[in-house]
Parts: sequence; C-alpha cells; structure tokens
Amino acid sequence: MSTVTLAAKRRRAALRTIAFLSPWLIGFAVFFAYPLLSTVYFSFMHYDGFRPPTWSGTKNWTYVFEHYPFFWPALRNTLWLVLVMVTLRVLFGLGVGLLITRIRTGTGVFRTLFYLPYLAPPVAATMAFAFLLNPGTGPVNSLLEKVGVPAPGWFNDPAWSKPALTLLALWGIGDLMVIFMAALLDVPKEQYEAAELDGASAWQRFRYVTLPNISPIVMFAVVTGVIQTMQYYTQPLVAGKVASGVIQGAGTMFEPGYPEHSTLTLPQLVYNLGFQRFDYGSACVVALVLFALSMAFTALLMRRRGGLIQAGD
Amino acid sequence: MTHVLDKPVASATPAPDARRTARRRALLEWIAVHALGVAAALFFTLPFVFVLLTSLMSDSQALSRDLLPHPWEWDNYRRVLDTPGFLTWWRNTLLYAGLGTVLTVVSSLPVAYALAKFRFRGRNLALMLVISMMMLPPQVVVIPMYLFWAKQLDLSGTLWPLIVPMAFGDAFSIFLLRQFLTTIPNEYVDAARVDGCGDLRTLLRVIVPMAKPGIAAVALFQFFYAWNDYFGPQIYASENPGAWTLSYGLESFKGMHHTDWNLTMAATVLVMAPVILVFFFAQKAFVEGVTLTGVKG
Repeated sequence: MSTVTLAAKRRRAALRTIAFLSPWLIGFAVFFAYPLLSTVYFSFMHYDGFRPPTWSGTKNWTYVFEHYPFFWPALRNTLWLVLVMVTLRVLFGLGVGLLITRIRTGTGVFRTLFYLPYLAPPVAATMAFAFLLNPGTGPVNSLLEKVGVPAPGWFNDPAWSKPALTLLALWGIGDLMVIFMAALLDVPKEQYEAAELDGASAWQRFRYVTLPNISPIVMFAVVTGVIQTMQYYTQPLVAGKVASGVIQGAGTMFEPGYPEHSTLTLPQLVYNLGFQRFDYGSACVVALVLFALSMAFTALLMRRRGGLIQAGD
Repeated sequence: MTHVLDKPVASATPAPDARRTARRRALLEWIAVHALGVAAALFFTLPFVFVLLTSLMSDSQALSRDLLPHPWEWDNYRRVLDTPGFLTWWRNTLLYAGLGTVLTVVSSLPVAYALAKFRFRGRNLALMLVISMMMLPPQVVVIPMYLFWAKQLDLSGTLWPLIVPMAFGDAFSIFLLRQFLTTIPNEYVDAARVDGCGDLRTLLRVIVPMAKPGIAAVALFQFFYAWNDYFGPQIYASENPGAWTLSYGLESFKGMHHTDWNLTMAATVLVMAPVILVFFFAQKAFVEGVTLTGVKG
C-alpha cells in the first residue's frame, strides 16, 4: 500500500472519529470547559450581575472560609451525612440484597416492592416524608405515641433533621439493592460448597467467601455514595422549606438549612450566595470547593483496579 | 439472620434423624427469611399507603390522627387538577422529559459508539473526561451557565436552557451506552464493513437493533432525570410559573394549601404515579441499566 493512500486513510479515520464525537466535543467545550474556567475567573471577581465585574483578588475566598456563616455548618453536615448516611445505606443495601437472594417464594413481588421507593421523584418522596414525619399529626409520631415512645420533632428539630433525611435515603435503597443482588449472585457457588465441606459457619462463609468476592462492589457503593452526598441538594432543601413553612415565590427570603442550618449542604450554598445574595464571586468559590471534592472521589473511583472502565475495542 | 440450613451434615449417608433435623432447619430458615421479607416490604410500602390514604381524606380529617379516609374524597384529585397551572406544569414536564430524552439518545449514541468501537489516540482520556463530567454536580458550573442563558441569550423563564444542552450528549448516557456497546462483539462491526456498510449505516442498521435494551435503559434514566429535576427548573424557570415543571411546582402546593395535607398528598401521588407506571412497563430494561452503571467491568 502506498504511503499516500495510507495517510489519506488515516485522515479519513480521524475525521470519522471527530464526526462521531462532535456532539460531545461541542458539549464538552460549551457546557464543561468554558463554564469551569469561567467559574475560576469569577471566583476572583466581585460581581453582582448588574454592575460590571471587578477584580477582588482573594476576597471572595477569605469571605467564604472566614465570614460566610453557612460554609462550615454545611461542611459539617456533609461529613455527618457521609459518616452516618452513606455507611447505613451501604449496610442496609447489602442486608436487603442478602435478604432478596435468600427469598424463595414470591421473589419478583418482593424485589419490585423493595425497589419502588427508589423511583419516587425526590421532591415527591421528600414531601411524603415531611407529611409522614410531621410532629403534629404525622402517622409515624401518632404510632410512636400510641406505643409510648417519645416522638421526635424530625424535620423540625435540628438534632433529628439529618436522621430523618437518613430514613428517607434508606427508604430509597433500590439502586444499591439491585447492584448488591447482582454481585451476590455472581459469587461462585463452588466456593460456598468448599467452605461448607471445611465446616465453616454461616458467619465465616460470609466473612471469607462472600465479602472478598463482593468487596469491589462495596467500595463502588461507598465512593459513589460519598460523591452523591456531596451533591445532596433536593431532599434537604425541600425538607427544610416544607418544615419551616416558607415556600418559594412571593419574594420570601428563605433562611437556608432549616432548622438551624442542620440541613445545609454545599450545593445549597451556591444557590444561596448566587441567587439569593447575588454574590456570584463567592458562589463560584463554593462551586470550586464542590468541584475539588467531587473530582477527588471520582479519581478514587477511576483508580480502582479493573474499575469503572470496562476494556473494549 | 442465621443460615442454619447450611450446617454441614456429619456423615456421607445421613441417618434419618439427621435428615429430619435438616428439613426442620430448612423450614425454620424459610420462615425467618420470609418474615424479614414481609417486615421490609412493610417499610418500603407503608409510606405509599399512608400518602394514598391521606390524599383521599377531607381537609379536616387530614389533620386528625385517623388512618382511614371517611368519607373517601375522590374529589381531591379533581381539585388538584383544577389548580391553576397544574396542567401547564404537566405539559412542561412532558416537553422537558420527552424532547430531552430524544435529543439525549440521538446525540449520545454516536459518541458512545466511537468510544466503544473506534481506535484512536486519546480515547481513554476522552472516556475519563466523560466520567468526570458525569460526576460533576450541576451547581459547579451553574453561575456562568446562568449568566450565559439569562444575560446573553435572555432565555431565563423558559426550559430551553435545560433542553438545548441535551442535544450535545449527556455524559451519563454516553457512559452507559458505551458500557453496553462494548459487550457487542467486534465481528458484527467488521462484517458490516466487509459488506461495504459505512460507519453511520453500521451504527443505525447493525448496532442500534442489537443495542435496544441499552438504549431503552438510557432513555428511561434520562426521562426520569428530567421528570425529577428540581435544581434546573429552580434556576431557570422559577421566575415564570408558566414554565414550571411538576417537580418544581409540587412544592408550591404546600404553600397554596398550607395545612391541607390531603391536597398536597394528592398532588404528590399525581407526580409519583407516571414514573411508577412507566417502571412497570419497562422494569427489565431499567433494572438492567442500574446494574450496567457500576458492576460490569
């Protein structure tokens, strides 16, 4: 084959690749690279959306870290949610996965029932839980009082608002259940049989056969759980708004994180700074913190051996 | 949960006695597992039941501690549907979810195909960038994006800032489709090429028919994403109730009806129901998609 046709062939292959990738290449430039650079730029500018932006150096950064009252509470809440909510979700997801693989009668019905809550739209699910857990007349507290257990204030009590959100997150465990179920069914049967012959107890079989086999999936669930938690937005926001009785529109200024900042998360700060206080510069600082945290954990996910990226040609 | 069933049986030819205890243990385990299953099923379904029951109560009864509606107020649903704006939100949601889904599939498929089947330099980098975009919370770039759509194109108060980007590939859909397409053997692609099929024809005639389950999963995910999206409409549509979606408008019900939990819950049911109906019709594709997102690899 002559070199000319080879070069022409190569050029054609490159053009073909670019043509097929073009929607994403444009999307990457316009909706990812440009706004990301722009966010970095605005984080050093004072800009309220009306007067032209002016250089402000690191003022926005010191403001967010030292004076903005919501930053550290939001970060503390996120840490709480990572430690408690993610842990419980993984344990519960694994538990429900184990349970569903052992159910012999009516498996399909059970699986569908366990999965359904995951599908409930977040706003609707949060509204439902705001009703179920409302301290006055909610069915959960009515029940608790009937059996003589002190009823918590749930979304209206700063000590109970995050546990209430955790309950909501456990209700929607369907995604993890399916992933764990698939992983558990993939564990080679012979390994269980071999362990049984060796006289391993149920716990030992779980510890030495099940767990090592599914540990990549557990890691996957933990890391994606952490990423999701850092981006946790709709549920805490809607819960806070509904419980506080302050609803959108009518020019009402909603103090975020009701009650007492206990449901604040980082994405809510971007909204608060940018769209309620019109301090676009500081909003971009929080956006970059969010970006750094998300990317750090995404890198962790991608480094996992044999991980997210499946070999392909 | 104890797995008593699987205790090793002592000898190769078990005595009838041992066999009987083994059977009893199997029965006990069956009972324990299914009792737990029923308990879990109650935890997952009771919230739906309570919401449904409350949506059928009268205004005053919804504030009481009653569990069963008396009388059954089916009229609540008519009152919700008659609420000014509700049908508009419904239409907006269908537009956002429907058009958005079509655009996403059409624009993501060729990208996923190239990432799965073409060999080119920088392919792994491109894939890593796709995954990074997938993990990027929308809040990170929302300030410049808002300024772009609102100040430069004057499109705030509409859903176009949410729909138009879907014509340029959605990272999650690209990733999921790519995962699916890599499972299709290359021989099919090569055979089509030998037969003189161009790349586009190969994609449309050979790959698409084989990738139907993957495409269905992506379409479903995207539809649900748009249906559930709260942040997008909050940023771009909040100033104009005529552009609200169901997920965004639902919250205002609590404001309009204050303590009328019955109407708020009826509206909640109306927002949940379509998603759950769609799920029942497409259960298999959906569950397949969930497993594809992470475990294949």
